[in-house]
Amino acid sequence: MADCNETLRELDAFLDSELSEETRVAIRFHLEECPDCFQAFDFHAELKLVVSQKCKNDEMPPGLLAKLQQCFGDPDEPTLGDDPFAATDELDAGPDGA
Amino acid sequence: MADRTAFAEEAMQYAPQLYSAALRMTRNSADAEDLVQETFLKAYRSFASFQDGTNLRAWLFRILTNTFINTYRAKQRRPVETDLDDVEDLYMYKRIGALQSASRSAEDQMFDLFTDDEVKRSLEELPESFRLPVLLADVEGFAYKEIAEMLDIPIGTVMSRPHRGRKAMQKRLMDYAQARGLVPTPASPASPEGSTETATHG
Ligand SMILES: [Zn+2]
Repeated sequence: MADCNETLRELDAFLDSELSEETRVAIRFHLEECPDCFQAFDFHAELKLVVSQKCKNDEMPPGLLAKLQQCFGDPDEPTLGDDPFAATDELDAGPDGA
Repeated sequence: MADRTAFAEEAMQYAPQLYSAALRMTRNSADAEDLVQETFLKAYRSFASFQDGTNLRAWLFRILTNTFINTYRAKQRRPVETDLDDVEDLYMYKRIGALQSASRSAEDQMFDLFTDDEVKRSLEELPESFRLPVLLADVEGFAYKEIAEMLDIPIGTVMSRPHRGRKAMQKRLMDYAQARGLVPTPASPASPEGSTETATHG
C-alpha cells in the first residue's frame, strides 16, 4: 500500500490515468483509507475539470464553419493520399523550391 | 477507406474543439482561424490515407499540433522558451484547499473563483513546451502516449511536463485571485520558505 508521500507525488499521474496497474491500485487503496489525501485528490480532480471547461468554450468566428466545410471540396473530385504530418509545407512550396 | 461524406461530417463536429485549442496555441483569433482551416485542408487532402478505425479526433488534433509547430511556431519567431520557474508541489491546494466549504463542491467554488479569461491566460502564458502538453492532457484529455506522438517527442519527455506546467498555472491563478482580493495575500504561510518538501511529515 502507498503512503501519503507517494500518493501526493503520483497524484497528477494518477489523475491522468498514466500509472502502472500496480501503482494505480496502491494509490486508489490509500485514497480510500486516508481522508487527507482524498481531499487533495478531489481538489485536483475538480481543478482539472474546471480548467478543461473554461479553456474550450470559445465561440468560433462567424463564417468559419462555412469555410471549413469548403475545405472538404467537391465530393466528386478525387482526393490525394498526402501525408498530413509532412514536415514542410508542400501545399505552397514547389517540389524543389529554390 | 472511409466514406468521404461521413468523414467530413464527423470532422466538422470537432471544429469548435479544434478552434479553441488553436486559440490556446496561437493566442490570437486570426492565426487560430487560419490554423484550423489549414488543418481541415490537410485532413481533406490526406483523406485517402486515413485508415478506418483510426481515432479521427486524435488524428485531427495531431494534424493541428503538427501544423502549429511547423508553421506558426516558426512564424511567431519567439525564442525557444523551455524554462519554467519551479513552483512548490500542491501550490494552490496548500493555499485554498482548506477553504472548501461543506455546502459547496470544490468544483463549484473553483469555477466561481477564476474567470474563464484568467484560466485561459494562465495556460497561454506557459512556455510552449509546457503549454502544449497541458492543453493536450488537461483540456483535451489525451494520453501521454498520444501527446508524445502529436508533439513528436519521447514519452519520457512528455511525462514531467503536465505536472510542472500545472503548478505554474496554479501559481498564476492564485496571483490573479489575490490581485482581485478573493483570497488572502500570503502574509504568514504555514510552512517556511525554501525547501518545502512534502517528505518527512507525520
Ligand atoms: Zn494519505
